[in-house]
Parts: sequence; structure tokens; C-alpha cells
Amino acid sequence: MSASGAKTEKEKINGAQMVIECLKQEGVDLVFGYPGGAIMKVYDALYDSGLKHILARHEQGAIHAADGYARATGKVGVCIATSGPGATNLVTGIATAYMDSVPLVCITGQVGTDLLGTDAFQEADITGITMPITKHNYLVKHIKEIPRVMKEAFHIARTGRPGPVLIDFCKDVGVQLAEFSYPDSVYIRSYNPTYAPNKGQIKKLAKVIKEAKKPLIMTGGGMIRSNASNELYKVAKTANIPVVSTFNGLGAFPGSDELHLGMLGMHGTIAANWAVNECDLLLNFGARFDDRVTGKLDEFAKHAKIVHVDIDPAEIGKNISAHIPIVGDLKNVLEALIEHVEPLDIEEWRTQVKFWKSEYPLTYLKGDGKLRPQFVIDTICQKTDSKAIIATDVGQHQMWTSQYYTFNEANQFFSSGGLGTMGYGLPAAIGAQLGRPERQTICISGDGSVQMNIQELATISEHQIPLKLAILNNGALGMVRQWQEMFFQKRYSQTIFKGHPDFVKLAEAYSIKAFRATTPEEAEQIIDEALAFEGPCVLEFVVEQSENVFPFIPPGAPVENMMRGDE
Amino acid sequence: MKNVKNVISVLVNDQSGVLSRISGLFSRRGFNIDSITVGPAEEVGLSRMTIVVRGDEPTVEQVMKQLHKLIDVIKVINITHEPNVTRELALIKVMVTANTRPEVLNLIEPFRASVVDVSRNSLIVQVVGDESKITAMLELLRPYGIKEVARTGVVSLLRGTTTKDS
Repeated sequence: MSASGAKTEKEKINGAQMVIECLKQEGVDLVFGYPGGAIMKVYDALYDSGLKHILARHEQGAIHAADGYARATGKVGVCIATSGPGATNLVTGIATAYMDSVPLVCITGQVGTDLLGTDAFQEADITGITMPITKHNYLVKHIKEIPRVMKEAFHIARTGRPGPVLIDFCKDVGVQLAEFSYPDSVYIRSYNPTYAPNKGQIKKLAKVIKEAKKPLIMTGGGMIRSNASNELYKVAKTANIPVVSTFNGLGAFPGSDELHLGMLGMHGTIAANWAVNECDLLLNFGARFDDRVTGKLDEFAKHAKIVHVDIDPAEIGKNISAHIPIVGDLKNVLEALIEHVEPLDIEEWRTQVKFWKSEYPLTYLKGDGKLRPQFVIDTICQKTDSKAIIATDVGQHQMWTSQYYTFNEANQFFSSGGLGTMGYGLPAAIGAQLGRPERQTICISGDGSVQMNIQELATISEHQIPLKLAILNNGALGMVRQWQEMFFQKRYSQTIFKGHPDFVKLAEAYSIKAFRATTPEEAEQIIDEALAFEGPCVLEFVVEQSENVFPFIPPGAPVENMMRGDE
Repeated sequence: MKNVKNVISVLVNDQSGVLSRISGLFSRRGFNIDSITVGPAEEVGLSRMTIVVRGDEPTVEQVMKQLHKLIDVIKVINITHEPNVTRELALIKVMVTANTRPEVLNLIEPFRASVVDVSRNSLIVQVVGDESKITAMLELLRPYGIKEVARTGVVSLLRGTTTKDS
């Protein structure tokens, strides 16, 4: 459609401008992205729009940064990329956000409508490719669809169970002209998330809690997405119920609270896993019974009545059937529950879990002069008073962080829990630091993970983003190395790195201050220096390669098979 | 109750890509589709799909919940255990000779099947019914030499005026 009369032309804007207008209407002030041919028109409209754009050095960096920003702020993260390779480079980030229920809107360019389906230059069927990993996606072929689609996309991304939504814009849509008006409200006939729980189910829930002798609360990522920490705290403290966290649920309940038993699952604490094994009532608040949490399904919480609360009905009964299923937003569920909760007479159970907690704390070797990764994280935790925002990559360092950093707040810990994406940490930390500039942000990574998106050091350097990158360098792909040691007769196939860069020099090449430590004393010293330094910096910790993550319940095994590492 | 056939009726937005969203969901989650049919529904802009899926009760429940999660899916009903009408249409091209032609014509009569094409050496038989009827028809015609078969997959509606919400 071209502008016909000169009279009306003034009131019309082009599709690219319309996309930017929609972003503004949604209250977006910061977007992440990478330009290219099919999205150039949008970048042109962005140029003097007043919208802040962070240019990553790889589309994957851009989307993980948008993800970190979304998790840190609770807003919808926005990421822009071009067609073809630009769009496919987003795929890992989209899948990461989908698994962890992070609200994102991804805007991609597409070839012109006349070229669709012809294998044109930089054409990829990104809506087809991302169908299984987006909450929903759109292919926009006409300018008149833009306001509705953008409005729906943001609505879908942030409501119900949050998730990524992708909008693919054909290139010619960017130059079409139309008058712009943004809809006030959204109506999607087939999409009506359930927020308010069934009252009868809440009564049942209150009743089983009252009757329980060994109740246990399990918090998941849903607790953080629904911002229900205060309500959870009230319920747990009033009733005296111990709490265990999934990896994604860390921080929803204060990690330093006496009721908190730590993380459960494969690398969870002994106390948390025994408590799950022994409890007679397991209250799952917003977790999806991932296999890393449950281990052997029919052995999991085998003495317990299961209560499963989730906003996504499809999660209930997917892996473990629930005696009391409750569909709803956790904040609403817990608010409704608070009225019915009284202190429970479960002293015996409390004593038992306290015993486990004090008898079997997480430990590692100290005092022999060797630099251990657990010590590094422990020290970072002490020196930041448990208050830093932490992003991690994936592997041993990730598990040690979940074990040795104490998270006391929701939205303090960002990591790819569901997909387990190496390369997530550094860009996610960028997004988190930009979203919460007042907080100290630290990315804890491994020498393997960090190299997957290390080009983002340039983004950090360009914007002087004051985050600290701590690289635990054990010269290996640690977690795989650990599995090879335990299950593959120490056949270390392709997990011992050779040809590493000098991380200090590498950081300096990006004009970023860098430190290296090889002993515990040096580690303490460089952490102090880095925290005192105002700008970005990189800390390399040369740590023991042979350290393993314990406790460890082998995949698919029951909790009795837990390896404690001290045998 | 293992691997029971379930008939699921799904009302969806009539948009490009919807069939792919739905069939993709089945394949990636490892659900077994026996048949899937789609056509315009009573309301402009909507399509009705009839999906026959095999599985035990929890599996089928999961199928329905996952279907419901799709933004383009308006309604999902399991009509297996409700009074319903379920039909499939098959076109069967069967070889005949001057001798066997009357035999075949006699054979298909009790099935209320009809002949929709005749050539010197073959007939196309059109048969409508539930799955067992079509299977029976195929078995009876097989000895004569079945050249080609085209089946629509089942379509299904609840009996009476009810439309049952899900």
C-alpha cells in the first residue's frame, strides 16, 4: 500500500516507525539487538527515536542480555535481529527463555512478502523454526496488523506463564504507510490464564497442611515470576514449615533463614533431599518437577501427599501426579492460604530437619593452600554480604554458585536452569546490570562457558557496564569431565582444554581491567580490589581441575544413591 | 486402559500455520496420532479438527492440556466417552473383471457403499462409516486386488444439541 493522497500522507507513518511507536507505547525504554538487511528500516526508525539500544556483538548475546534484563526488572525484555542468520542466532536464547518462563518479545526482520518461500537471500522460516520454543509467534505481512500483533505479543509474553513471543516482520511491511493507533486492550478469545485459584481447593490445601506431621514446601521459578516471596514467607513462618528450593526457585525464600534447607535435586543439599524423601506432605509452589529435581520418578517424595500449584495447567500431572492440583497465580494462592494457616505442632519434624542441616552442611577442603572454586564463590558471597546480583553460565561453577552463594531475594540469581545454556551468563549479566544499575552485578562463569559469548566483553567495554566477571578456570569442561571421571572410567574425551587464551590479556585487549589469582590469599585480594573498582573488570581464578560437585545423585537414581563426596 | 483410542475435537483459529503448530506439538512431545482431520467450522474464521490419539488416561489428559496451551486453540473436547457420531470416508479403487464386477457390486451393497467411478478393469467404491466398517470393507475387497485407497481420517461431533465446554 502506498500513500495515495498528499493530504493524508502526513498522518501516516511507515511500518518500521510503527514498530518503534508500539515499543514506546508498551513502556519499553531499552532494547537489545543487532542490525542487518531485512531489519534496517526498523533500525533507521530507531536512530532518532529516543529509545536506548544496546548493540551486542552476536545476536545470541543480545537475546541473553534481554533475558537477563527481563529477569532483573520483571519487565518484558526486547530483542531485535535481522532475517535468516540473525533470527536463527536467537534460537538458543528463545529456547532458554521458554524453558525458564522469561517474558521476551523478539522482533525479527524477514524477506519481502514477494520473496517469502523462495529461499531468498537471508531467508529462514523463523516462525516455523521457533514454534516449539515460543509461547506464540507471528509473521506480519501487512502494516495494518502491526498494532494488534505488538499489543498481543507483549500481553502474551508477560501474562499467565510468561514466555518468549517472536514477531517476524516482512521487509516491505517496514516501508508501507498507514495511520497509527495503538489498541487500549487485548482480547484473545482462546487465551485466558487462570489467576484466581479454586476456593474449594484452597480449603483442601489448608486441611492437609493442618493434618501434616512432616510438611515441606518446595519453591520453584514460578514463585519468582509471580513475585510471591512475601506471601511465601508469611505462610512458611506462620506454620513453621521447612522450605527447599529448586535451582530456579533460589532466592524466593531467604537462603539464610533457619527454615531453608537449601536446594533439592541432583546437586542439592543432603538436608533438602532427605526432607523430600521423608516428608508426608510436599507443597510444590511453582516448580515443574524437572528430572534434575526428581531423579527416579517413582521414588520421589514417595511418602508424601503432593500438592502442585502452577499457573500452567499442563504442568500439573505432567511428570508427577498431584493429590491436590491447584491452577492459579501463586501470589493469589498464597494470599488465600494465609487466612487459613496456623502454627503447626511439628516439633519432631523440625528437630529432624535441623539435625540434617547441621550434621551435613556443604563442605570442601580448606587450608591446604590450594585454590578451590567453592572457596572463590564462598568468598564472593562473604565480601558482597550475599547482596550481589549473580548471573552464571552452565556447569560446575553454576552448581557451586547455587550451593555456596546465599540468595536471600527473588530476582537475585540468573542462570539458565531449564535449557542449561552455556554462554548465557555474561550477556545475561549485562542485561541485569543495565536493568538494575544500582546493584553490584557479578557474572560467575567457567573457562568453557565464558568462551561461548566472550565477544560481549566489547559490549561491556563500550558502555562501561560495571559488572565483574569471575572466571573459574579449571582448564576443563568441568561438569562433563566430572561425569567422565565417574561414569566413563576417566576417559576424558574432549573435555581438557588446550590453547586457552590468556584471560587477563584478553580482557585488557577490550580495555577492561583484569586480575588473576592462583592462591586463596590472592583470590581474596583480587575480589576486594575488583569490588572496590568502579568500572567493569575480569577476575580469573586458576582453580583445581579435579574438584567435583557434591552432593550428587546420579541421573535417574533414587535419593539413597546420593554420593556425598566425603566417603 | 493402556493405549486406548481417544477422539479429541479441537476448535481452532483458521490461520496459516495452525495445523503445523498442532501436528508439531504431537510429534515433539511424542504423542501418537492415528488420524487428524481439519476443515472449516460453523463460524467464519474457525476450523474444527478431529484428532484420534492413542494413549492411556494421563497421556491423553496431557495432550489436551498441551493443546489448550496453544494460543490459537479455542476449545478442546475429548468426545470418546460421550455419545458421538464418528465417521470416515474412504475411496477404494478395486480391480474387477467382467466376471467379478457383479460380485463386488453385491458385496458392497450391505455397506451402503456406492460406486463412484467405473472403468473396464476397476471400480472406485465410496464408503462412509466408522473405522471398523471401513476396515471390514477393505478386507472384503482385498482379494479382488485393491489398487489405491484414500481415507479422510475420522470426523466427529457430539450427539444432540450439547457442545460441551472445555
